Amino acid sequence: MTAPAKISCRHLWKIFGPDPQGFLKRHGEAPKDEDFARENYIGAVRDVSFDVYPGEILIIMGLSGSGKSTLIRAITRLNDPTQGQILLDGNDLLKATPAELIDLRRHKMGMVFQHFGLLPHRSVLSNVAFPLEVRGAAREERETRAREMIKLVGLEGREDYFPRELSGGQQQRVGIARSLAVEPDIWFLDEPFSALDPLIRREMQDEFLRLQKLLRKTIVFITHDFDEAIRLGDRIGIMKDGRLVQLATPEDMVSAPADDYVREFTRNAPRDRILTVGAVASREHVPVNGVNVLASAKIGDAAALVLSSDKAIAVIDADGKPVGAIDRKRMIAALYPDGAR
Amino acid sequence: MTSSAAVVRPAAARAPPLDLIAMVAVLAALLVLAQLVPVFDKWPEALVIPVRGWVTDFFAWFAQTAKPVTRAIAWLLAQPLALVEALLYRGIPAWKWPPLPWPAIVLGAALLGHWIGGRPLALLCGLASFYLALFGLWPDAMQTLAIVLVTVPLAAISGLLLGIWATRSRRAERVLNVIFDVMQATPHMAYLGPVVILFGFGQVPAMLATLGFALPPMARCTILGIRTVPRDVIEAGHMAGCTPLQLLWKVELPAAERTLLLGLNQVVMQTLAMAVIASLVGASGLGQKLLFSLQQLQIGKAVEQGVAITLIAIVLDRMTQAFMRRNPQRIAPGTPWVRRHRYLVAFGVLVVVTIAAARMFPALAIYPKELTLSYGGPINDAVRWISRNLFPYVKPIRDSITIWLLLPLRDFYLFLPWPVVIGIPAMIGWHFGGWRLALLPVGLLGFLMLAGFWTPLMLTLYLVTSTTVLCVIIGIPLGIWAARRPLAARIINTVCDTLQTFPSFIYLIPVIMLFQTSDLSNVIAMLAYATVPAIRFTYLGLLRVPQATVEAATAAGATAAQRLRKVELPIAFPEILLGINQTIMMALAMVAITALIGSRDLGQEIYKALPGADTGRGLLAGLGIAFIGIIADRLIGAWAQKRKKELGMG
Repeated sequence: MTAPAKISCRHLWKIFGPDPQGFLKRHGEAPKDEDFARENYIGAVRDVSFDVYPGEILIIMGLSGSGKSTLIRAITRLNDPTQGQILLDGNDLLKATPAELIDLRRHKMGMVFQHFGLLPHRSVLSNVAFPLEVRGAAREERETRAREMIKLVGLEGREDYFPRELSGGQQQRVGIARSLAVEPDIWFLDEPFSALDPLIRREMQDEFLRLQKLLRKTIVFITHDFDEAIRLGDRIGIMKDGRLVQLATPEDMVSAPADDYVREFTRNAPRDRILTVGAVASREHVPVNGVNVLASAKIGDAAALVLSSDKAIAVIDADGKPVGAIDRKRMIAALYPDGAR
Repeated sequence: MTSSAAVVRPAAARAPPLDLIAMVAVLAALLVLAQLVPVFDKWPEALVIPVRGWVTDFFAWFAQTAKPVTRAIAWLLAQPLALVEALLYRGIPAWKWPPLPWPAIVLGAALLGHWIGGRPLALLCGLASFYLALFGLWPDAMQTLAIVLVTVPLAAISGLLLGIWATRSRRAERVLNVIFDVMQATPHMAYLGPVVILFGFGQVPAMLATLGFALPPMARCTILGIRTVPRDVIEAGHMAGCTPLQLLWKVELPAAERTLLLGLNQVVMQTLAMAVIASLVGASGLGQKLLFSLQQLQIGKAVEQGVAITLIAIVLDRMTQAFMRRNPQRIAPGTPWVRRHRYLVAFGVLVVVTIAAARMFPALAIYPKELTLSYGGPINDAVRWISRNLFPYVKPIRDSITIWLLLPLRDFYLFLPWPVVIGIPAMIGWHFGGWRLALLPVGLLGFLMLAGFWTPLMLTLYLVTSTTVLCVIIGIPLGIWAARRPLAARIINTVCDTLQTFPSFIYLIPVIMLFQTSDLSNVIAMLAYATVPAIRFTYLGLLRVPQATVEAATAAGATAAQRLRKVELPIAFPEILLGINQTIMMALAMVAITALIGSRDLGQEIYKALPGADTGRGLLAGLGIAFIGIIADRLIGAWAQKRKKELGMG
């Protein structure tokens, strides 16, 4: 990706304790795990750097306590980070005054919360219109826009309901509609589907992908569910103990996990739907003879063909040029890495 | 496990903890010391520090200095009160304007009840207000109501603002918490002294004392409400781009609505209770009439007035509670204005119609005297019958309890040397919370001793401890019973709910009827008032024992009694402790009230100080009661906390 990053995090730290700034300075801006333990400080986010590109879904994945929630709150400045830089379209977000921050939130950011964060005393319509209301939009204008958003998330006819009258999935649809009401550039989702039943979660994930196809937002999405990360993410960052352990596409992560921790997550990943033929193909040259597979095809889609053939099959790129070959053995090894060992 | 370890362990578990032995030893040493050195037995009169004189002088000086300010405040408060009084019962004689006709108020109350809580509440509101008219209590009731109606918004708004301030600043919260603790533990009556000095007698000082008493619960509920708004909701507000003010008004306060309304409910109830007690500083109204009736032992009248006060209390309580439970309702788009505001419209029509009707039929303007009823006569007869036929039997019981139980107990308290009295809570504090908690009783009780309040302090402790022990003996079995049988739970809960809405004053009426004046009457009045939390917390504590734990005990073959003793009670213990804590608080609150029927404790000090403008005496005695409450609260709180932690629930 060559486009300039929409969001850039540079050496972001969030430390909890009596004097976080002083603690960082004392340890040369790079305290070690022992330093945290000894002085009773908690390093919720430790030296995290990454970029998010326009139109991309970046997933931050981690177990509870890994710092993912603190990280998104640092980027949105719901909790000010201890140190580092957050560039939003090249401007340092941490230098924004309170007024500028409010302005940014009113126009550029939208956020969806795990427990929905709906205002219990307001109807669906009024909840969705809320961000427009606080930025001073006239009633007519904000309600028209809110109705559009409600229609977008498929809640037409429920405008006058109150949150308590809706199911969890419906409430989160309201949360999504509200976060989109100001037409934000950047969309933050903090474990948006974690509080929902598995079936509803699946449905909401599909809904999310549908919306993103329509809207093309720049997205930072937090989850603790690796399957969800794989399903939704363009790239995934895995956090552990406040550090970003690996940031990669699902395929790179599955085929080349950075360490045992990441490998543990990828073990049960649906490899057939993540890995492409090109990634597992050998570089040997096999004549192209009518039977061949595209390098960008998922191995699950090519499996029937490859497994039924006794010989290696040529792998070609989009232009039809051969780039390598794949045979039965290679494919099985890719699908069952543990069994092949 | 080796056999020797198996033998050693139970023995070690059964031996009393070292702490306990040490404590008993220290107490014994203190007792001996008291016999040898008189200063360590009774604190000599000569060494009493004249704090109360200083406080009295200070208030006298302050009242003089601040006169322009206090006058201005009094004038300012008198204005809205005058307006409400004019509407409710006085009218504006100068302009020959009548007050609202009584049917407008009775039906208006019913209408309000219907709006908030549907037909049952409408009926309750309408009938209760009609009672006031029917039994000739209308003007008095309206006077009391006027104080409530004007004070409640003032107290609610100032409590709200203080609460908001506390949520914005940790330091403010800490300071306010300490102040509120003292304010809430100080009995109603102790507020009256300083207020009288500063503002004189009458309605306005009553309002001010009420304001002081009703404000802390509102502020507390505001803090609690705002702090318990879910984090997601607050963050959603931030991310929507709210300014701090928008966040407060559009997110935090509306989301905290229920807790705020709970605060309002408490403000209303406290205000009514105080408006009744404020009759002691010359606030006219139902409270004053009740006070007169009680002083003249006109029990029949007292019952009529007491029922009126209770009815008002129940109505106000049910209304605010129903309001709290209300959910915002969906309004179909396109509903016409009149339909959306039908209650307002109906009330407007009601007022116009009744005013017009009152012009034609004067009986509809002011409720005519000839149509009032009274059941005071039969009640008086009943009381006379009781005192003639029952009292001869009650009296020996009363006297023998007093002579054989209460008086020896009292003498025991008075005998105790002061280092022992201060030492016991200090050592308990040491045990549960270290030296900080040990210093608290030393400081507070020591101060009261130095200020010369030892004897009333001991008399108060004697009454409160006897009452608390009785409350526990009665309350815990009732709580257990309620937790066992749903039907019992329903009955007990209803009774408790109703008892809790009674202003404390009311409890004196039946006690005087049955036992006349004595220490036993005081104990019984306090008992009736203070048992409720002991019942309630036991019941709730048992209900909260995890179902799985109970089932595990049953599956292990425990009988119901074993389950209760070995599983449920230990787990519910911290909760029960908190109930006992509440019981002590309520008993202390009642101490001041029982002064009206004669006692010699701190409550009596407050009461006696009222007319003589002996501010120091009254205020310090009030603080004394507050100090006992705070010590009990901290010690029991630390104990409950410790148990909770040990059970893994904290």
